[in-house]
Amino acid sequence: MSGDCCEHTLLVDDPRLKLVERAMKRLQYQPDALIEVLHTAQEAFGYLSRDLLSHVAAQLKLPESQVFGVATFYHFFTLRPKGEHSCIVCTGTACYVKGAGEILNTLEQAAGIKAGQTTADGRLSLGTARCLGNCSLAPMITIDDTVYGPEKPEGAVDKLNRLLEVPHEQG
Amino acid sequence: MPAITLTINNDLISARQGQTLLEVAREHGIEIPTLCHLDGLEAMGGCRLCLVELQGAPRPVPSCVTKAAEGMVVTTHSDKLVEYRKMLVELLLAERTHTCSICVQNNNCELQTLAAKLGIDHVRFDYLHQQLPMDASRERFALDHNRCVLCLRCVRVCDAVEGAHTWDVRGRGSTSRIVADLDRPWGTSTSCTDCGKCVQLCPTGALFKKGATVGEMKKERSFLNRILERRRLAAQGGTP
Repeated sequence: MSGDCCEHTLLVDDPRLKLVERAMKRLQYQPDALIEVLHTAQEAFGYLSRDLLSHVAAQLKLPESQVFGVATFYHFFTLRPKGEHSCIVCTGTACYVKGAGEILNTLEQAAGIKAGQTTADGRLSLGTARCLGNCSLAPMITIDDTVYGPEKPEGAVDKLNRLLEVPHEQG
Repeated sequence: MPAITLTINNDLISARQGQTLLEVAREHGIEIPTLCHLDGLEAMGGCRLCLVELQGAPRPVPSCVTKAAEGMVVTTHSDKLVEYRKMLVELLLAERTHTCSICVQNNNCELQTLAAKLGIDHVRFDYLHQQLPMDASRERFALDHNRCVLCLRCVRVCDAVEGAHTWDVRGRGSTSRIVADLDRPWGTSTSCTDCGKCVQLCPTGALFKKGATVGEMKKERSFLNRILERRRLAAQGGTP
C-alpha cells in the first residue's frame, strides 16, 4: 500500500493532536463538523495520516471510507507529508501560453513524479498553481517561495538539481 | 393520495403526487434506460441515462430524481436524447477497460445490455486503456476497478441497507475510485460484514464472487425488496 509510508502512531500528548481534539470538542463531535476538523488537522500536522483519519472517524462516529472520501475530494487536504523543498509551476494562462506545460513535463520527468506528488525520499514536492499573479515573468516557477522567470525547462531542472544537490543524470 | 395529470410522449397520463417521472413512465410501460438507479436504493441521478426532455426546461432533466407535477409535458425519447444516451455509454466504455470476453459478468451485464439496446457498435472516443488494480484480498469476493462504472449502488446498499458503510468514493473526476474503509485492501476491512449485497447489486463484473469464470456470474437481487418490505412492516409495528 503506497499510503502506508506515512503511518505513525498518534501520541496522546502530541500538542498537534490536542489542537484536533479541542476542535472536535468545540464542535461537539458533530458528524457534519468533519471538514472543519480536517482543516484543523491538516494545519496542525501538515498532512492527514491514516491513523489521524481513523481517529477522527471514530470520534465523529463516521464511517472511515466516508472520511477518506472527503479527505481525498478536496485539494486542500494532503495525505502525505509535504517535501522538504517545494517547486510550483505556474500554469495560468500567460505562463501556459509561454510554455509552462513543457517546463512542467520536464520537471516531472526529472523528478520522476507528477505534479501534486512528493518524491519517495521526501525531498521535493512538485505542484502547479493557476496564476501566481506575476504574468510579466511568464513562464514562471517558484522554488521554496523564490520566484524565477521567465524560465526555460533546462534552467528549471538545473535550479532544482542544484537545490537538491543531486547529479543531473540521476535526476 | 392526490392524483396529477401530465403528458408523456403526447399521451395524457395520471400519476400520484410524489412519484418520480421514472416511476410514472415505468408504471405505464415506457422504458427509460437506467444504470445507477435501482428500486429500493436512494436515487442519485448519477449516470444521466434517464434524462428526459421537459417542455419549458432549458436542458434535459434526470427522470429518476425529478418529481412528476401537474401539467408537465415530458418527452422520454427523441433523437437528441438517444444520441446523449449513446454518448454516455460510450464514455463509460472508453473510460475503464471493459473486456466482455474475459468478464465473469459476460451476457448478464447491465452495461453490456444497455450498449446492445442502444445499438452501440463502436465507440467514437479514444479508450483510456487504464490498467487499474484488482483487489482480490477478500476471501469470497473480489473487486476489479477496470469494470467499475461508479454507479455507487455498492456504496448506497452498504450504507443504507447493511448499515456498514464499508464502501465510499475516493478522489474526484476520472481519478475517482471505490474504496473500502481508509483505502485499505478489502480483505483487511474491519467494517465489511461479508454480506455480499454490494456484489449482487453491482451492474457489471466489477464486484464478483471468487471462483466464477467467464460468463458464470449471475446476480440475485430479490433480497433487496424483501428486506426493505420487512423493515417497513416492522416500523409500522407489524410482525416482520
